[in-house]
Amino acid sequence: MHREAKLGLILLLTPLLLWLVLLIFIPHIDLFLVSMRERVGVGQYDLSFANYLTFFQEPLYLVTFLRTAVMSIFATILTLLIGFPVAYYIAKMAKGRTQSALFLLCLVPFWVSELVRTFGWMILLRETGIISNLLQSVGLANGPVEMLYNDAAIMVGLVYTSMLFMVVPLVTTLESLPDEVVEAGYDLGGNGLSVLREIIIPHAMPGIVSGSIVVFMLCLGNYLTPTMLGGKESLWFTELIYSQFIVRFNWELGAAFGFLLLILSSVIVWGMLRLTGQSLEKTMG
Amino acid sequence: MIPSIPQSRLLTTAYAAYVVLFFIFLALPLIVVAGFAFNDSQFPSLPWEGFTWNWFFGAERPMIGVFHERSILRAIGTSVFVAFCVSALSMVVGLSNAFLFNRYKFRGQGLLYVFMLLPLVIPGIVLGISILVASSRLANGLWDGFQWDVEALRPGLWLVILGQFSFITTIATLVIGARLQKFDRTLEEAALNLGAGRLTAIRTITLPYLAPAMIGAFVVAFLMSFENFNTTLMLVGSDAPLTIAMFDRLKEGSTPLLNAVSLLLMLGSSLLALIMIAFQKRS
Repeated sequence: MHREAKLGLILLLTPLLLWLVLLIFIPHIDLFLVSMRERVGVGQYDLSFANYLTFFQEPLYLVTFLRTAVMSIFATILTLLIGFPVAYYIAKMAKGRTQSALFLLCLVPFWVSELVRTFGWMILLRETGIISNLLQSVGLANGPVEMLYNDAAIMVGLVYTSMLFMVVPLVTTLESLPDEVVEAGYDLGGNGLSVLREIIIPHAMPGIVSGSIVVFMLCLGNYLTPTMLGGKESLWFTELIYSQFIVRFNWELGAAFGFLLLILSSVIVWGMLRLTGQSLEKTMG
Repeated sequence: MIPSIPQSRLLTTAYAAYVVLFFIFLALPLIVVAGFAFNDSQFPSLPWEGFTWNWFFGAERPMIGVFHERSILRAIGTSVFVAFCVSALSMVVGLSNAFLFNRYKFRGQGLLYVFMLLPLVIPGIVLGISILVASSRLANGLWDGFQWDVEALRPGLWLVILGQFSFITTIATLVIGARLQKFDRTLEEAALNLGAGRLTAIRTITLPYLAPAMIGAFVVAFLMSFENFNTTLMLVGSDAPLTIAMFDRLKEGSTPLLNAVSLLLMLGSSLLALIMIAFQKRS
């Protein structure tokens, strides 16, 4: 029996280890090694920090990196602020069939590909688009209005695409808050604002953290939305990675960029977990 | 604010209005994409030129419908093939992982569980380039060392499948693991008491119990693979899956053909989702 259990363990460990080692660990080590080499001749490479130095010396790279980070944080906060009241409504205000219908409606945009969603925003926002035409017919604008190809359009696209990943964990945590606890808060003399601050938000914290982590990750790593909705000036860091790899074929620099993106996202995710005292297993699992 | 605590009419009305606005915001892009699939014009934008089915069934230029556009049909076929391979693989590995974390206690298990979750917090584009770099280095090494040319290690469908599998497996593991956690172990013990072997007990008791979660994992994996963009973009070769093919066309300028494809995608994924919900309800 004991031997059988050991055999079972080995059999189940094998696929897991193969997956993690071959597709996650070795590729990332390779990525790091490639980012640490400098081309000195045909097929000849030296170990060096040259690619990372290039990153810090070229303002365009550094500025794009910081801009991507700041805009992703901003998009995450915006998604939380817009999504929280809706999640609260679904979890606490709506009852029965309305509740499950509203929850299902939130999931619908997730079932269609991100490309389709972005395409929808392009049709709405562009010069010949719906909103521009609407504004003209109401008389608020004299000519066609171009709302595409700027940072605001990127923001709209990012918030839209990430909304589901914020609302679902929020609804799940808020649903577990008993009505009696909220009532007790009011009985003890609290008002709407203090109940929200002292009871509802602390209770929703795990949902807020896991939602924010996922949304932040999705914004930071997004390629489609900034490329399609953003203009020439609104460059996203993933676009730099893509152009180094596919267009310029400078894998060394592209690998360094990729590694920096990975470090940035890990640091922010780790910081968010530490700040709120959560762990990865609890928020993701 | 909860229904049992009285609030001013104004506040509750404003709140409800906000929620309605939110759902309009959610629905708007999808509605316009679907609507313009029927516009009798070369561009998916106003003015409205009348209703047509041509973007679905049209057979002649300038309006070639989805069902006559070979490149789009081929891309759909490619996507289905990739999605099928990814879902099958990740469902099997996810099942194995779920059993591993649920049934065994061993040293380093907690750490391994965190490692298992990691692919979810790695940006998709980084997963893509890391696999691209590793496989190219391996391919070059095999060529330099043994003169073997391994086509599967060059950008193409096999790499796309591996790239998507590398993070979708985590999701499959979580979906199947959540249901396995709720399983009543005594049922399995009863089967053992009745003389069944361990594998027979698992096959006849545990696996049927897990079936809805396995189907759920398969469907979710299928949808995620079908709509994946970032990882696929870095690993794709000459056969582009649908999202990449559509992206390339969108860059050149869009025609309502793309709206028609999008509408079909929406219908397809809603259908899959409904099937999944029906399955979950029945069990």
